[in-house]
Amino acid sequence: MAAVQSKMQRLWDRIAVALVLVALVIMMIPLYWICSTAFKPRADATTVPPTVFFKPEITAFIKLFTARVERRGAPNKEEYARAPWWEKVVMDGGERFIRDDKGNIESSGYVGRFTNSLIIAVTSTFLAVAMGTVTAYGFSRFKMPGESDWLFFILSTRMLPPVVVAIPMYLMYRTVALVDTHIGLIILYTAFNLSFSVWVMKGFIDEIPTEYEEAALVDGYTRMEAFLKIVLPQAVTGIAATAVFCFITAWNEYAFALIMTLRKAQTAPPYIPSQLGSGLTDWTTIAAGAVLFLLPVMIFTFLLRNHLLRGVTFGAVRK
Amino acid sequence: MSDLAIRNWFIIPTIAFLIVFNIFPLLYSLGFSFTDYRAASNRPANFIGLENYQELLTDDGIWNNFTITAKYVIISVAGQVIVGFGLALLLNRPIPGKGLLTTILLLPMMMSAAVVGLFWQLLYNPSWGIVNYLLGLERMEWLSNPDAALYAIAITDIWMWSPFVMLLCLAGLSAIPSSLYEAAAIDRAPPWFVFRRITLPLVAPLLLIAIIFRTMEAFKTFDIAFIMASLDETELVSIRLYKLAFQEWQTGRSCALAYIVLLAVLAITTIYIKYLNRLKER
Repeated sequence: MAAVQSKMQRLWDRIAVALVLVALVIMMIPLYWICSTAFKPRADATTVPPTVFFKPEITAFIKLFTARVERRGAPNKEEYARAPWWEKVVMDGGERFIRDDKGNIESSGYVGRFTNSLIIAVTSTFLAVAMGTVTAYGFSRFKMPGESDWLFFILSTRMLPPVVVAIPMYLMYRTVALVDTHIGLIILYTAFNLSFSVWVMKGFIDEIPTEYEEAALVDGYTRMEAFLKIVLPQAVTGIAATAVFCFITAWNEYAFALIMTLRKAQTAPPYIPSQLGSGLTDWTTIAAGAVLFLLPVMIFTFLLRNHLLRGVTFGAVRK
Repeated sequence: MSDLAIRNWFIIPTIAFLIVFNIFPLLYSLGFSFTDYRAASNRPANFIGLENYQELLTDDGIWNNFTITAKYVIISVAGQVIVGFGLALLLNRPIPGKGLLTTILLLPMMMSAAVVGLFWQLLYNPSWGIVNYLLGLERMEWLSNPDAALYAIAITDIWMWSPFVMLLCLAGLSAIPSSLYEAAAIDRAPPWFVFRRITLPLVAPLLLIAIIFRTMEAFKTFDIAFIMASLDETELVSIRLYKLAFQEWQTGRSCALAYIVLLAVLAITTIYIKYLNRLKER
């Protein structure tokens, strides 16, 4: 009987694995399509039927970083012969680089947006995690009247729909000239991530035994020293995980960025979809931009894999 | 510094920051919701009492937006629960490379909604999109088809967020003691009975968290739907709100709609946080 059961079990396990693999393939098709489009020759990006096999090239990435215009007529033969290979591929596509007065190739709109994303995400993450860690320690170690109500209040600010908050914020930013500035978005993202950071960090700090601090206090440390020298070093993993989560949230955020920025401080998420519909869409360059934009998130997801559960439940569920 | 001083220095700035940048703006917009203010014109705001609320609640268009949103929430959350819970059940066994497999499956939910929305447009393209190609459909319109667009967007949302439900369900499943299943096997309990009486009740708390959270997020959906389609049939409440505020510049009216949305979200949030706390105390 037991043998029959385990045989059944093994068969069932194999079917399950097969089904998982099928699901994996289906789920990964969109991701594969983004990545493969980035390496396709432009003519292969929008063919009927879709091109699955192609000769990969990195033209799209060259175009991604550079400002180009369509060239009229054939390129100057001398000029073409002199051009490096990465300029030739652009010339082959019927375009030429835009150069400034000194002859330097100008960078594309993407470069600026990517830089903005980086500045805004990193700064707001730093602020949210720094404030969040300190506040989490306060809630974790000290009694506070109405503690659970305050924590409830803090988390509820996270749940507000972005568009609802954005309307009054836009009006306020307009009066203090913070629309389309880095600081404006940094403040918004810090506020958005702060509640998350407090909750997740509280989970991490709650797990650090209080005995170490107490011993340190007996040894003559002040409370501040105990926090800085005893608790913080033990909370490093938690701080890193929280920071990565905050970074990803700020990096991916779309609605606030769409509403609050126009050009100067625009981040990549509102910019990337706006490339559609401006004349003939070059999907390969858009895909190259998307791949580069997704890359940090992919890497972070793998680094974060053991803390994902904690992150998506605001620290409530630990494994 | 005394402990009391440290506590206050550690906690009060954060709460003050959140009040200034979240609560104060909401009070500000509450004020505007009783006026006919238009941010694009120089006219001062006139107090018009509850007129904005009255007109919004009797406007068929707004009710239609809420109906579309409800439909969208039901389809996408149901889809995510079926796919996510299904995947978790399949994955809940010793599989070589399970950790890596799970992480790869989780990638979609970490991705930017802007990129996801944009590239699903490429996938759904009626002539060169891979969706039609794989399904063997010829020139089927998805995102410009009033009958299909909302479903198409919901499918994208299901693709993106099923991993979330999967992650929570996996945590619930792996916490079930195997002795329960062994006891059921000795009693020769039928599989359905085991599922109903052991698996489901023990996963339920985490599954519920996933459902409430996803319901709330789906209700708030703006980015993917806004990027993917611009039909009347795909105009979710958030999109209506965005248009009212930033395209039609009916600031006062949009603040009133924002408050209606806010009340709905706060109701779900309260339930959600209550369950989160209950889970924490386990």
